[in-house]
Amino acid sequence: MILIGERINGMFKDIREAIQNKDPEPVRYWAKRQYEMCASYLDVNTGPTVEAADQPAVMEWLVKTAQEAAPLPCCIDSTNPDAIEAGLKVHKGKAMINSTTADQFKMDIYIPMAAKYNAAIIGLAMNEKGVPKSASDRIALAMEIVVNCDMHGVPMEDLYIDPLMLPCNVAQEHGVEVLETLRQIKTLADPAPRTTMGLSNSSQRCTNRHLINRTFLIMSMACGLDSAIADVDDEELLDAVAAANILLNKDIYCDSFLKTFRSK
Amino acid sequence: MAVTIAKEKWTSKVGEMVLGADSTVKVGGESALPFLHFEGEIPNKPVLALEVWDLEPVDWPEILKKPFADVLADPVAWAKKNVEYGADLVALRLMSAHPDYKNATPEECAATAKAVADAVDVPLIVIGCGVEEKDADLFEKVGEALNGKNCLIGCATEKNYKTITAAAMVNGHSVIASSPLDINLAKQLNILMTEMNLPANRIAIDPLVGALGYGIEYAYSIMERARMGALMGDKMLAMPVICFVGQEAWKAKEAKSPDDENPEWGAQERRAILWEVITATTFAQAGGSIFVLRHPETVKQVKVQLDKMMESNAY
Repeated sequence: MILIGERINGMFKDIREAIQNKDPEPVRYWAKRQYEMCASYLDVNTGPTVEAADQPAVMEWLVKTAQEAAPLPCCIDSTNPDAIEAGLKVHKGKAMINSTTADQFKMDIYIPMAAKYNAAIIGLAMNEKGVPKSASDRIALAMEIVVNCDMHGVPMEDLYIDPLMLPCNVAQEHGVEVLETLRQIKTLADPAPRTTMGLSNSSQRCTNRHLINRTFLIMSMACGLDSAIADVDDEELLDAVAAANILLNKDIYCDSFLKTFRSK
Repeated sequence: MAVTIAKEKWTSKVGEMVLGADSTVKVGGESALPFLHFEGEIPNKPVLALEVWDLEPVDWPEILKKPFADVLADPVAWAKKNVEYGADLVALRLMSAHPDYKNATPEECAATAKAVADAVDVPLIVIGCGVEEKDADLFEKVGEALNGKNCLIGCATEKNYKTITAAAMVNGHSVIASSPLDINLAKQLNILMTEMNLPANRIAIDPLVGALGYGIEYAYSIMERARMGALMGDKMLAMPVICFVGQEAWKAKEAKSPDDENPEWGAQERRAILWEVITATTFAQAGGSIFVLRHPETVKQVKVQLDKMMESNAY
């Protein structure tokens, strides 16, 4: 399970203030903290309050600050292609682009960008019409992304399809469709594309958020989820992933399996 | 349309172990499955050790004693002979410490080990008598006597790893970690030893291999699984593997049975050596790095095989 730490995002108050005040400390804190909590990538997002014109500079600052504090690659998260490219330009190592939809005009921007910067890319199984209801409609959009990546020479192990989970208190019927989508994504190409999801979405405005996140993550792993953008500052989530890695025969069991998962 | 040949892309590699006072022997370091040079680096050829006992072996068949006839009672001369026979390392087995044999003291064993180490210029593997408590006592002294020689000592088990690991750390040796054909226990033992701050690249895994016809497939699949784990990033399985092939192959009835007992099996000498050769080369394919052998002819034949396997097949 490739965990992408969600915390460096302007939607959170401390990061929003850090951006406003040019204070690197909260960014550094969360870079280090998420690194200690087994994150393999740091999601970096300016948040909606930064003006579009300022987003490239803010993204550049966030990526640099995060990478100075922790030896991790970033998942550069924006709806603004200029901000994403600004982040890619200063990024060290192999970045991840978050994200393109299955709209052709977006894929035409982001997928060549992934190829140019040798970055991985997240492809959302949705388009301008919104998030499809059924697994088969999600899969049709995922296939569009697979084909476009193939055309631009982006290898399948660099493509992370996100089947898009919606909050279970407003769109309860989507859960089973997402799980089915995860299963089918693995049949779209050989080698298969990878999968990811914004895990915390599943529990927006719900009670017992950690429990919902953790449960859905494990269910999704059983269906082929390779990665998740998640709140990694959650010991029980990490323990559950460690146990799932054993049960799915991804890690080799030993009595210290919780500890060895943390030490990776 | 051009065919794209699928190659496995591994993300990690096996740790590299360095042995000998002058760091003369290196093992491990592979970033691909055994001999798949086209998928990664195989930087070090597997190495071959020949056994020396510190007392005359009682249960060795005559044909195995024959190449060492004049040195069986003299471990120093025997060790030198092993080097002449082309062994990359000498594996000294301190069998005299066994309560059923001479019950030799740790001090006596330490003196023998020191004499052998000083007599040869290849690195030393030192193996205890197999009685766990005795081996713990043994390596406190033996480890000290060999300080600075950068030996590989063992075998450490769940019961005695603490003492042996401590002796290795203080005196600069590496340790053989033994677990009975069980990948989960092997991993756990490696974790326990590294938690004592022994660097991971100073551990060799001994999965307790069986000989051809005697469970070779169990050890093979465990080694294969461990190697794939290592290449996928499991640091607690990313150690070179040591295979005690000689002790197993020469226990097989196919190796021990004399010419006249089963004439249809062919001449014992050829058959026994072949048993040891096939067991060793099989485990080389499973990812073994260090082979502890008994017959000099085996060393010769396995070397020919390994040289061939080390030729690059990259494309």
